[in-house]
Amino acid sequence: MFTQWFKNRWMLLISVLLSLHAHAEITWNFPTPATPMAEDTLHVHNKFMLIVMVIFLVVLGIMIYSIYNHRKSKGFKAAKFDGPSNKSQLIWTLVPFAILLYIDFILMGIPAYHSVVAMEDTKTNADMVIKVTGSQWRWQYEYMDGDAQGLKFVSNLKTSEDEIYNKTDKNPQYLLDVDNHLVLPVDKKVRVLLTSTDVIHNWWVPAFGAARDAIPGFLRETWVKIDKPGVYRGQCKELCGKGHGFMPVVVEAVPEADYKVWVEAQKVKLAAAAEGANKEWSKDELVAKGKEVYAKNCQVCHQANGKGLPPAFPSLVDSAIVKGKIFDEQGKLLKDSHLDRVLNGKGVMPAWKSVLNDVEIAAVVTYERVDFGGMSDTLQPAQVKALR
Amino acid sequence: MSSQATVHHDHHDDHHPTGIMRWLTTTNHKDIGTMYLVFSLIMFLLGGIMILGVRAELFQPGLQLVKPEFFNQLIGVHALIMIFAALMPAATGFANWMLPLQIGAPDMALPRLNNWGFWLLPPAAILLTLPFTLALFGIGDGAIATGWTFYAPLSVQGGIGVDFAIFAVHLLGVSSVLGSINVIVTILNMRAPGMTLMKMPMFAWSWLVTAFLLIATIPVLAGAVTMLLTDRHFGTHFFDAAGGGDPILFQHLFWFFGHPEVYIVLLPVWGFMPQILQTFSRKPMYGYKAQVYSLWAIGILALVVWAHHFFTVGMPVPALLYFMYSTMSISLPLAVLFFCWIATIWKGSLTFETPMLFAIGWIVLFGIGGLTGLVLADVAADAQYHHTYFVVAHFHYTLFAGGIMGIMAGVYYWLPKMTGHMFSERLGKLHFWLTAISFNLTFIPQFFLGLAGMPRRIPDYALQFAEFNMISSCAAFVLGLSQLIFVYNIISCVRGGKKATNKVWEGAEGLEWTLSSPPPYHSFTEQPVVK
Repeated sequence: MFTQWFKNRWMLLISVLLSLHAHAEITWNFPTPATPMAEDTLHVHNKFMLIVMVIFLVVLGIMIYSIYNHRKSKGFKAAKFDGPSNKSQLIWTLVPFAILLYIDFILMGIPAYHSVVAMEDTKTNADMVIKVTGSQWRWQYEYMDGDAQGLKFVSNLKTSEDEIYNKTDKNPQYLLDVDNHLVLPVDKKVRVLLTSTDVIHNWWVPAFGAARDAIPGFLRETWVKIDKPGVYRGQCKELCGKGHGFMPVVVEAVPEADYKVWVEAQKVKLAAAAEGANKEWSKDELVAKGKEVYAKNCQVCHQANGKGLPPAFPSLVDSAIVKGKIFDEQGKLLKDSHLDRVLNGKGVMPAWKSVLNDVEIAAVVTYERVDFGGMSDTLQPAQVKALR
Repeated sequence: MSSQATVHHDHHDDHHPTGIMRWLTTTNHKDIGTMYLVFSLIMFLLGGIMILGVRAELFQPGLQLVKPEFFNQLIGVHALIMIFAALMPAATGFANWMLPLQIGAPDMALPRLNNWGFWLLPPAAILLTLPFTLALFGIGDGAIATGWTFYAPLSVQGGIGVDFAIFAVHLLGVSSVLGSINVIVTILNMRAPGMTLMKMPMFAWSWLVTAFLLIATIPVLAGAVTMLLTDRHFGTHFFDAAGGGDPILFQHLFWFFGHPEVYIVLLPVWGFMPQILQTFSRKPMYGYKAQVYSLWAIGILALVVWAHHFFTVGMPVPALLYFMYSTMSISLPLAVLFFCWIATIWKGSLTFETPMLFAIGWIVLFGIGGLTGLVLADVAADAQYHHTYFVVAHFHYTLFAGGIMGIMAGVYYWLPKMTGHMFSERLGKLHFWLTAISFNLTFIPQFFLGLAGMPRRIPDYALQFAEFNMISSCAAFVLGLSQLIFVYNIISCVRGGKKATNKVWEGAEGLEWTLSSPPPYHSFTEQPVVK
């Protein structure tokens, strides 16, 4: 069986090697830049690479010359010198040193200075501000000003488990696709604020040339100014736990007019969702909605069957949490109750208060109680809203 | 310590316990050196097996063999083992074996401490790997899964593997500091009469710098991981913003140790490598003084550039500029070293035995590591390189090519001296070519993966990265398997083989080559006089 597996892999490898040239997406350098910063980074990179390759080849050439000519088998007699023996030799030994000094601090150093200053200047002429919040293992986006102020949503990986576990064919955007794209207008300087709710993440889109850590409890910032419409994909690049490979960044850049249309549509959606919190939901509606929310947000740790991955991620099935009371006799939220844990988190469990809306929270809590706890009570969105 | 203390000792030769007690109680520098080297080799193979698991998973997109949780444990423990349990003990092993022989001392200055320093290592290795086994029995969730860097808050969140790793690092740290104290005391006090500091072998100089770096930085690491431990269990908030702490503080503390650590594993190699080059060039070492000063310059600069490991956390512009320019300035003394190494072989009378092949391969490949490091120093471009496979490739060029292939050159260089037998040149050369070629085939694709945008430490990847990963994985298995040739060659060399002469290599210079091969159990009981 093992040999069969091995044989298959070899066949696969050979076919891949033969088809190397057929794959258009193979790249040998940074992706095509989409922002001034990425443009600059690519220039810097190309220039430096050229310089170091020249250095490398020159030095390698000298070594090869020596290895070829100064060998004992050719009868070459060793010289006796152990350092520069006169003034002119001493000066010659200083030449490579001077060249390197020039490369380091003039040829590379001066453009690098300007790049750094430009990279860190997030505020000058910024047209809009967004906030990016990293959580294990998803991104949350919030628009901080302008028309879109107050818009916020979560962006989850869209790739299915079946694709990941090779049970079905992989989508071309395997691991790089999310349910909600971050939509930004082109040609606007967007100041990006970053933070995190749990561990350190890093928000990175290679075509933007900007990568910045999202640090819990602190704000960091960077900026992007996308020059052509398109969908740009990236990934978290700071190890953030088991889902680190599964939290892509997808940014959709659109012309400003389209952006305005999108913002209006989002606002309508948001209003509808808020309206949902005021109506009375039936148990079946809540469970159905809750199942969706659970699959998107909770399943990665607590698993589809609710049994979790103890000890890191505890099981919910028949646990004290899903069977326990939520409110006390006076109708106050009990500490460490099911709802309290979902809203405020504890330890590894993130706080969902600012990520999910009232309907989603009520639905997922109801779903978990019904499916994993065998309970029959419902939690209404209005009850969650009252706690805000 | 003067030479008169060493007179009358000759007749105690070889009176030591046998069997396991010999190794447990030994205070002999050669025995301890051998134990360090054997330990290092075992750990090198163990760390290698772990990363082959990783490469097998990365052979193609999708999750096939390991879960992401386990994947994260493999990469972290691989790095900790390779750095702390393979590279550092190998360097200490050489220090034990060769420093006393090279400087004409009868033993290390503090032999009992030396024994303790070694015997701290096996428990540390057990602590590091035990959580894997415990997890099989349902205790805890496996080994440390944060990468070798322990970054908070991920490490605060982690399971018992983190605690095990913290204590392992403490033990390894104590061992390193003890070893360093021993090296410093030995070098400063026990040199043969007439051997002034500026006549010392380069290996002694490089170890002196290494030892100072270890003593300067290991306590900082110990402090950082202890703070982590108290954050995890005793309610402190050093790295938790909610309690007034800062996660980035951990990164500063860690890399204050972590950057010098790179030089700690490389400097000993920079010490014996010129000796190998001069031996097989049959020509004096070029620029001895320049090399000594460069070693010190690098040692000092190593302490003040740490933040270039995390440019993307967000720092004030002046800090970014300072760390960028100071990092670039390391290239100057390093260039001096490269110049001297190449000038040493220039117009020599070269032969290419296995140690020389490794030494030349080492210059070329370590050169790639150094040059890509120079590019990484650029803050703007670093935003792209950082935490991608470009960095992975870069530091394997420095640590595998610059470190481990250097150590291999040392092993082949001194093995005949240690065992008294010649190893198989044919297998040695085969080992070199297989290693050098498969190493490049493993890591060159990773440069391109990084540029194309593949983050490091991910268990699964997008389809556009598939081809390069497949090449890299295949080459990695060849690289791993070729190390078995190395092991076989060492074992058969210990068992027997052509008798080695005292000098072993035609062009060898230095006190260790004046002794028999293998040297007597107690050597230089009367110190030689160096003119």
